[in-house]
Amino acid sequence: MRFKLKVWRQKNPKTKGKLVEYQATNVSPNTSFLEMLDVVNEGLIAKGEEPIAFDSDCREGICGTCSLTINGEAHGPDHPGAACEVYMRRFKDGATIIVEPFRAKPFPLIKDLVVDRSALDRIVQAGGFVAARAGSAPEANATLVPKQDADRAMEAAACIGCGACAAACPNASAMLFTAAKVSHLAFLPQGQPERTSRVLKMVTAMDAEGFGNCTNTYECEAVCPAQISASYIAKLNREYAVASFRRKAGE
Amino acid sequence: MIGNLDARTPHGPLAQKWTNHKDHARLVAPNNRRKFEIIVVGSGLAGGSAAATLGELGYNVKCFCYQDSPRRAHSIAAQGGINAAKNYQNDGDSVFRLFYDTIKGGDFRAREANVYRLAEVSNLIIDQCVEQGVPFAREYSGLLANRSFGGAQVSRTFYARGQTGQQLLLGAYQALCRQIAAGTVKMFPQTEMLDLVLVDGHAKGIITRSLVTGKIEAHAGDAVVLATGGYGNVFYLSTNARGCNVTATYRAYKKGALFANPCFTQIHPTCIPVSGENQSKLTLMSESLRNDGRVWVPKQAGDQRPPAQIPETERDYYLERKYPSFGNLAPRDISSRAAKEVCDEGRGVGESGRGVYLDFADAIARLGESTIRERYGNLFHIYEKITGENAYRRPMRIYPAVHYTMGGLWVDYNLMSNVPGLHVIGEANFSDHGANRLGASALMQGLADGYFVLPYTLPAYLAPQIGKRPSVDRPEFREAEDDVRARTGKMLAINGTRSVDSFHRELGLLLWDKCGMARNADGLREALARIPQLREEFWRDVRVLGEGEALNQSLERAGRVADFLEFAELMCTDALSRDESCGGHFREEHQTPDGEALRDDENFADVFAWEYQGNGSVAAPKLHREQLVFETVQLTQRSYK
Repeated sequence: MRFKLKVWRQKNPKTKGKLVEYQATNVSPNTSFLEMLDVVNEGLIAKGEEPIAFDSDCREGICGTCSLTINGEAHGPDHPGAACEVYMRRFKDGATIIVEPFRAKPFPLIKDLVVDRSALDRIVQAGGFVAARAGSAPEANATLVPKQDADRAMEAAACIGCGACAAACPNASAMLFTAAKVSHLAFLPQGQPERTSRVLKMVTAMDAEGFGNCTNTYECEAVCPAQISASYIAKLNREYAVASFRRKAGE
Repeated sequence: MIGNLDARTPHGPLAQKWTNHKDHARLVAPNNRRKFEIIVVGSGLAGGSAAATLGELGYNVKCFCYQDSPRRAHSIAAQGGINAAKNYQNDGDSVFRLFYDTIKGGDFRAREANVYRLAEVSNLIIDQCVEQGVPFAREYSGLLANRSFGGAQVSRTFYARGQTGQQLLLGAYQALCRQIAAGTVKMFPQTEMLDLVLVDGHAKGIITRSLVTGKIEAHAGDAVVLATGGYGNVFYLSTNARGCNVTATYRAYKKGALFANPCFTQIHPTCIPVSGENQSKLTLMSESLRNDGRVWVPKQAGDQRPPAQIPETERDYYLERKYPSFGNLAPRDISSRAAKEVCDEGRGVGESGRGVYLDFADAIARLGESTIRERYGNLFHIYEKITGENAYRRPMRIYPAVHYTMGGLWVDYNLMSNVPGLHVIGEANFSDHGANRLGASALMQGLADGYFVLPYTLPAYLAPQIGKRPSVDRPEFREAEDDVRARTGKMLAINGTRSVDSFHRELGLLLWDKCGMARNADGLREALARIPQLREEFWRDVRVLGEGEALNQSLERAGRVADFLEFAELMCTDALSRDESCGGHFREEHQTPDGEALRDDENFADVFAWEYQGNGSVAAPKLHREQLVFETVQLTQRSYK
C-alpha cells in the first residue's frame, strides 16, 4: 500500500508549525500506524532530515502515551482503541492521511506531534485517590463489595489517561477523564470517606487547568479508547451537585 | 572468580527470619525522616509504591521517570494478575506453598529467605490495594475472586479483568499523587537517569537529562533507589514498552554495582507471533488465557488446512500430552520451549510457521461466549486489532516472545546492592524469581518491595547517614555531569550513515538467535565475537540528527542502544559461563533425555554476580558468586508431568 501523509511539524512552542507532506510507500496492511511512521522516520534519517517526533510507549493501547489526531479524529479511525492500535489495513490504498497532535489549550505543544498532558496529573493530585496509608489496611475480604459496584468501578477505572476526550471535545473539556476517576472511587466503599471533598477538589483543579465544560456533544465517548461512557459525566455532575449542597449545608 | 558474596540473610527458621529482622532493624525517628532525601528512579509498581510509601513515612523523595506521567510506567501493561497466599478458595494454599511454588518455578536459583518474605507479605498487598480502591474482580457474594496461573495447582491469582497491572499501578500512582500534593514527593517526569554518582564509595546522587529541554542536571540524595525495570528490550522485539531500557542499572554496574544472572531472561509462551520486518514490539496475550484455552498444533508437519478443518484426532494438544498434571498451565519456560520444539518439527501454524493455536472452542461450548468475553474480552479485542482475526470464531495464534528479565543488579536481603546506599527493587534487581518467574508474581514482587520491604530495610542504611548528604557542587557530581555531556555530544557528532534502530534491530536478532530460548557454547561465542564489532560500528557510523538541548527521540534511543550494545556482551558472557540448563536458561548441551532443562546443582547452585573492570573493558568482567543455601527445600528435578 502507499499513502500521502500530511504531518504537523513544529520545532518548538515558539515557532510556527505547518503540515508537511511525506510519502509512505511499500506499506504492508499489517503494519501499525506508528510502525508506518517509524518507517517514514527511517527514510527521513537516511535523507538527513530530522525524524517526526511523536509519543508512544507500550504500543498495545494501555499506557496512554500515544496522542495522534489522524484525519481529524483523536486516535484515528479504529475506535475503540489508541493510535498505536490502528493498523494500515483500515485505510484505502493511496489515501491522503493528515496527522496532527492532540489539540487542546491545556495541552501545550512541545514538538511536532508531542504535547504536554501534565494537566491531567494535576487533576488527580488534587484529590483523585483514597488516602490509605500502607500497612493500615484491614483484611481485604472484611468489606464486601457487590459485584455490580465492583464492575462499574472497573469500567470507570479503565481510563488510560490519554487525554483524547479533551482533544476531541470542541470545548477541550476533560470531564470524561475526571468523571471516570471520580466515579471509579465513588462506586466503592473505600472511596466513601473522601467522596465529597474529592469531587469538589478535582473539578476545581480541572477548571483551573483551563479545560472547558461539557455541552453534550459526546465526541469524548466516541474516541475514548477505554470505552468510558459519557453517562459518567452525568454521574460527575450529580456527585458535584450533591457535594456542593453538602458543603453549603456545612457537612 | 571470587567466593561467597554475603547476602546478609538473617539467621533463624525460615518463617521467622523476616519478623526477627524487622524486630531488630534500625529505625529512623519521624522527626529525623524529613532530614533525608531519597532518590527513586522509576515510577512503576516498585518505584511508584516505594516513593509513595517513603513520602508517607515523612522522607523527602525525588522520583524520576522517563514517561510523561508516572502512571504510564510499563507495569501498566501487565494483564493477568497478582498472586497472594490468601487461600480464599479453600484449596490448600498457604504462605509456604506460594514460597515453594515460586522457588521451584525459578528452578531453585533464587534465595530462599527472599522468596519466603515475598510470599509472606503477599497478603498485605491485596489488603492494601483493595483499600486504595483497586477494583479487583469479585464474586456475586461481594468477596474477592481468584483464578489459576501457570506453575501452581491452587487458585491464588487476584485480577482486575485483563488489566491488573494497570489497576495496581493506578493505585500506586494515586498514592504517589497524594504525596506529590502533600509536598513529600517531588516528581520529575520525562527525566532520564544517565549516571549514578558515588561519593566516598556511597551512592549519593544521579545525573539526569530532561527529555523535553535536554538539560543535564545533578541531584544529590542520602540514598538512591533504582526501580527501573528489566532489560528485555536488548532483544529489540519484546513485550516491553518501547522506552524500557537497561541504562540506569547498566550505569550503576559501570560504577561498581554487581550485575547478577543477566542471562536469566523469560520468554513468555503466549504472545502474538511476529509478522513483517517493520514490527516494533510484540504483544502479550495473558497467561490467564491458558485457564480456558487449549494449546495445539497439527499432528502432521506441513498441515496447511485451516484449523476448523483439522479433525480432533489429527490435533496434538502437546502440553496436555506432555504435562498431564499441569496441562496448559505448565510454567512459562517449559511451555515456551515446547512451542519452539513443535515449530522446529515443522508443525507450526500461520504464515511464518512460528506459531501454535490457543483454542477457546471447548471453553466457549462449556461456558458460553459471554463468560469468555467477561473474562478476557479486552485480550480478544487486542488480538483482533492486531491480527484482524476473531478469536471467538477461530483459535488464536501465539508464539513465545521476550517478556521479563529475572536477572538484575545484585542485592542483599535488605535490597541494597554491594554499593552502599544503592537500593534496587522490582524487576531491576535479581532477587526473587531465580531462573524463571511464575505468572502473576512480578506484580507481587514490585509491590512487596515498594510497600512492605524497602520501607523497613532502608533505615538500616540511612540511620548512620544523617547529615551526610553531599552538595552537588562536589567534583564527583561535576565529573559525572561532564561525562554525560561528552557522551551525548559524541553521539550527535558522529553523523554516520546508519540509524539507531537499525543497530538495535541487528543486535536483537543476533541475541534472539544465539541467546534466546535455547543457547549453546558455539552460538554464544559467535555472539561474543559479533557484538564488539557492532558496537564499534555504532560509535563510528550511527546517525543521530537534531540537537541535544531539545526533545530528541533519536538521541534518547541512541543512549539506550549504546548501553544495550555493551550489556549484551555481559549477558552472553554470563550465559556461556553458566554451563548448565536451568529455568529460562536452556543450554542445549545440558538436557534430560526428554528435552527438559538439566541443572548442575553441584557446580551452579549459586548466583553469578559480575563486576565491571573499568577502563571501558566490556569483555572481561570479574565473576563473584553467591552460594545459594537451601535450608528448607530439597532440590529436585522440576517436574510438571
